[in-house]
Amino acid sequence: MISKDEVKKVAYLSRISLKEDEVDRFTEQFNNILDYMNKLNQLDVKGIDPAFHVVEFNNVFRDDKVKASLILNEALKNAPKKEGAFFKVPRIIK
Amino acid sequence: MEFESVIGLEVHAQLSTKTKIFCSCSTEFGDSPNTHTCPVCLGMPGVLPVLNKEVVEFALRFGIAAHSKISKFSRFARKNYFYPDLPKGYQVSQYELPIVEGGFIEIDLPEGKKKIGLVRAHMEEDAGKLIHQRDVSFVDFNRAGVPLLEIVSEPDLRTPEEAGEYLRKIRTLVRYLKISNGNMEEGSMRCDANVSVREKAEEKLGTKVEIKNINSFKHVEKALVYEIRRQIALVQNGGQIVQETRLWDEKENITRSMRSKEEAYEYRYFPEPDLVPLLIDEKWAERVKTDMPELADEKEKRFVKDYKLSPEKASIFTESNELADYFENICKAFHGYKQIANWMLSEFLAYLNKEGKEIGDVDMKPRQVAELLKLVDEGTISGKIAKSVFAEMWETNKSAGDIVQKKGLVQIKDENKITEIVCRVVEENPDVVDKYKKGKKNVMGFLAGQVMKYTKGKANPQLVNKILLEKLR
Repeated sequence: MISKDEVKKVAYLSRISLKEDEVDRFTEQFNNILDYMNKLNQLDVKGIDPAFHVVEFNNVFRDDKVKASLILNEALKNAPKKEGAFFKVPRIIK
Repeated sequence: MEFESVIGLEVHAQLSTKTKIFCSCSTEFGDSPNTHTCPVCLGMPGVLPVLNKEVVEFALRFGIAAHSKISKFSRFARKNYFYPDLPKGYQVSQYELPIVEGGFIEIDLPEGKKKIGLVRAHMEEDAGKLIHQRDVSFVDFNRAGVPLLEIVSEPDLRTPEEAGEYLRKIRTLVRYLKISNGNMEEGSMRCDANVSVREKAEEKLGTKVEIKNINSFKHVEKALVYEIRRQIALVQNGGQIVQETRLWDEKENITRSMRSKEEAYEYRYFPEPDLVPLLIDEKWAERVKTDMPELADEKEKRFVKDYKLSPEKASIFTESNELADYFENICKAFHGYKQIANWMLSEFLAYLNKEGKEIGDVDMKPRQVAELLKLVDEGTISGKIAKSVFAEMWETNKSAGDIVQKKGLVQIKDENKITEIVCRVVEENPDVVDKYKKGKKNVMGFLAGQVMKYTKGKANPQLVNKILLEKLR
């Protein structure tokens, strides 16, 4: 069972702010999803490697060759805030 | 109570590839902000990263040189956290299946060699650079996506000095391998330290503290000394060490607790779905091994054998590949290995240190140094004159032969000429000669000095002494 506090924590880690009624609603939905996953957990998967991709590709590489980057205006185009050549963000002290 | 400290280091070495780890943007340092970015390294939706093969090659080179196990199967993972220098909200790194596991780095200590174990080394992307203002920060994403190799040591280091030595060894190694320039001051090598203290007989590890933000070589040891003292004092006064991250403040020379909510990171690692797994077969690892350059330790042994150097001198000359090559190139042009070694130590390296230069900044060619030492060896100039010739070579990059010719510095070996000057000196200093004859043999030095003065230091000292002795008899 997922608790309300856990939902709040996940929301915080994802930087999503939730209203109290949303916390209730998501707690219920989380638990429904996890119940469903538990059904999958009952399957016998002994000897089967976990799959992380739907296709079985390995070793896809690029050569170390420089290609043109975006021009500055293009790079900054989608930024909500910018100044000069920079993206601008609220100051966060680490 | 006697305490000991237990230290493990996490070193981030920026790999010197031409392009970023997952896109073809340049990694060139120092260009104008946000000019090396593209949809991939800016974290636009719908883009696909593709791994730079050279990054894998570099990681393999390190792993093989550090006697590590190369993982046949490895993959990337997302490390999730929010910070504005990270455009995607996660960093692509490696988690449970790193490319390199185990191995060791051997460090030299006054009491002998010591093996420092490695836990792992993994590939990841660097973040962007933040420039903080009063209430806003400016972001430059040129560095976002530059490849890093994170090298994690076992907690095998016992003193700040050992930690310093370990770091120097890593720097030498990555430079020899040509996978990173290892420059801490420029940020291309960075270091976090895990430190704990315990009573000497105790086997259990104490609570560890992580120190971040150590940005220069000299600060690593300083930060560790401070932190170890802090922890010991705390324990001795009955306090408890808290597991936390502390920042090194290089202005105040102290470590400070971060005390922020961000500290409670929960990275929620999961396999990166946008990148496919990495398979490294024996053939690949074997090829990297075959192409491995000669490393510092082997080169040091070879220098002792081939050039009859002491291990101490060999170790100085092999500290960087460039310096070692420079030394060897002089040795190719002139076979007085001992003279070369002495000259390099007493003059050449002294000039380098004085001017804070690296060997790569020196215009003088190895054969120019060889030419100078040959002139001394043949007796064309004296060792003393050679020093002033070298000073001029350093300034002007002229050849030793030219300087000697132009300034008329060729040593005087003509016995008649020296005899002439000796006679003059003897005539001019009758009282000194008198003292000598009465048994004050040490005035000989004064007379020889006078001869040197008349010849501007060019007279062959052995001949001056010989002729003086004859005249004074």
